[in-house]
Amino acid sequence: MTTPVMSESATHRLLPEDTVPEDLHAHLAAFGARPVIDPDAMIGALDASGLRGRGGAEFPTGVKWRAVRESPHHSTERVVVANAAECEPASRKDRTLLSLRPHLMLDGLEHAAETVGARRAVIYTTRSHSEVQETLAAAIAERRRHSDSSLFIELLIGPNRYVSGEETAVVSRVSGQLAKPKVVPPRPFQHGVNGLPTLVQNVETLAQAALIARRGGAWYRSAGAGRSPGTALLTVSGAVGTPRVVEAAFDTTVRDIVASAGGAVGEPAAILVGGYFGRWVAADRIWDRAIDAESLRAIGASLGTGVLIVLPGTACGVAETDRVLSFLASQTAKQCGPCHVGLPAIAEQFHGVATGRARPAALDLLTRWSTEMLGRGACRHPDGTALFLASALQVFAADLRHHSRLGACRFSGKPAILTVPATEAGWW
Amino acid sequence: MKHRLRVDPIKCKAHGMCAELIPERIRIDDWGYPIVDGRPLTNALDDHARRAVADCPRAALRIVLSNEPGTRQRPNDPD
Repeated sequence: MTTPVMSESATHRLLPEDTVPEDLHAHLAAFGARPVIDPDAMIGALDASGLRGRGGAEFPTGVKWRAVRESPHHSTERVVVANAAECEPASRKDRTLLSLRPHLMLDGLEHAAETVGARRAVIYTTRSHSEVQETLAAAIAERRRHSDSSLFIELLIGPNRYVSGEETAVVSRVSGQLAKPKVVPPRPFQHGVNGLPTLVQNVETLAQAALIARRGGAWYRSAGAGRSPGTALLTVSGAVGTPRVVEAAFDTTVRDIVASAGGAVGEPAAILVGGYFGRWVAADRIWDRAIDAESLRAIGASLGTGVLIVLPGTACGVAETDRVLSFLASQTAKQCGPCHVGLPAIAEQFHGVATGRARPAALDLLTRWSTEMLGRGACRHPDGTALFLASALQVFAADLRHHSRLGACRFSGKPAILTVPATEAGWW
Repeated sequence: MKHRLRVDPIKCKAHGMCAELIPERIRIDDWGYPIVDGRPLTNALDDHARRAVADCPRAALRIVLSNEPGTRQRPNDPD
């Protein structure tokens, strides 16, 4: 993916118009000093804004902050964690934001700590995001020189595995254990880092909260659609002129978003929405649709981590899905049987279909497995994989029938649109 | 109060006894792991449910109340 450069038509709330990283001086010039806000007013502003988490779960942010603040616990200590793991291979939005505006996220982290009553704040990222670590370390040092904040901000690094950014895995890692998901309940707001009520919040969400603290909930709602107010950071890639991170209001159509990433190259056939555990949608069903939650839910999709990948008609959706399913199967934490055993079985069957070596009932078997895998793990990894599979079975139904009889098609050998990182060995 | 069966998927090691003891709510997938029907238990099923919970060799099965804090509705749970 190339350097993010915003187009003329894009919205600029979170991302600056030029791509020069903002130091503390530039940040203060652009936004002014961080206001001091009383916790109830901060939560009230979040509620009024309608902001929802941007890590993929879309949980209302005000509700989450209040839950941590008011969590019944024998200790008054709280912990806040900024989640910058960004383990989704197709997403660049969090790193792009942090590389350009680290201080906006740090403002949000300080607001979060003050609001829930935390003296300890942790930024969690992964070992493969070394540039982000450097930027954040420099930004934290800069703030320490220029402010008298008593908040202690730590930078912690976890493994770059798909499920290690999930919030219970993050809590586990910050508590000194392996970065593997845990069964909920208890949720982090009840029993988080070292047993303390903990707020785990995606870094884009924290940056949005910092803007809401300065400008208010009504300002936030002045962009976007009724029940999906505001803007989102999107990573647009695949068959587009300039793959990049784009900021767009929730009432923007996929067509306009793709246009701000240089437009589609060739005729788009399908769009992968949400990330590698998002959903395939036929391009003509989504092209003129806005990206708000209701519009996407109507076609069985969700914005997830804000990933949009354009699959051109000259690519093989079956081969693309095949590679991603293998990757997702390789990312199991091997804790829950259905995920540990089931996902490799799914990947193997699908590969059999893609290469024309499966038994005749393979597609029926995959369809059944895609429903049986829902709700079967501690985290949502089996669910995400199953729903991704189900969408491929639907969108590429005709291609899959061809593949199951004849094997690879003339597009199967083309370079991957959905690239997968090399599977990491080593520590969790 | 509505109560349902729930399996801890990390603890579960596919012994399969639960599906023998309460087939009305638990079936086994192609790899031996339980698929729990999350519909509320009925009075007629209570004894079977208690027995299945008590006999799970990994203590992975339990009965949860729908209003337990933090209990989320899972996709396999209707209503």
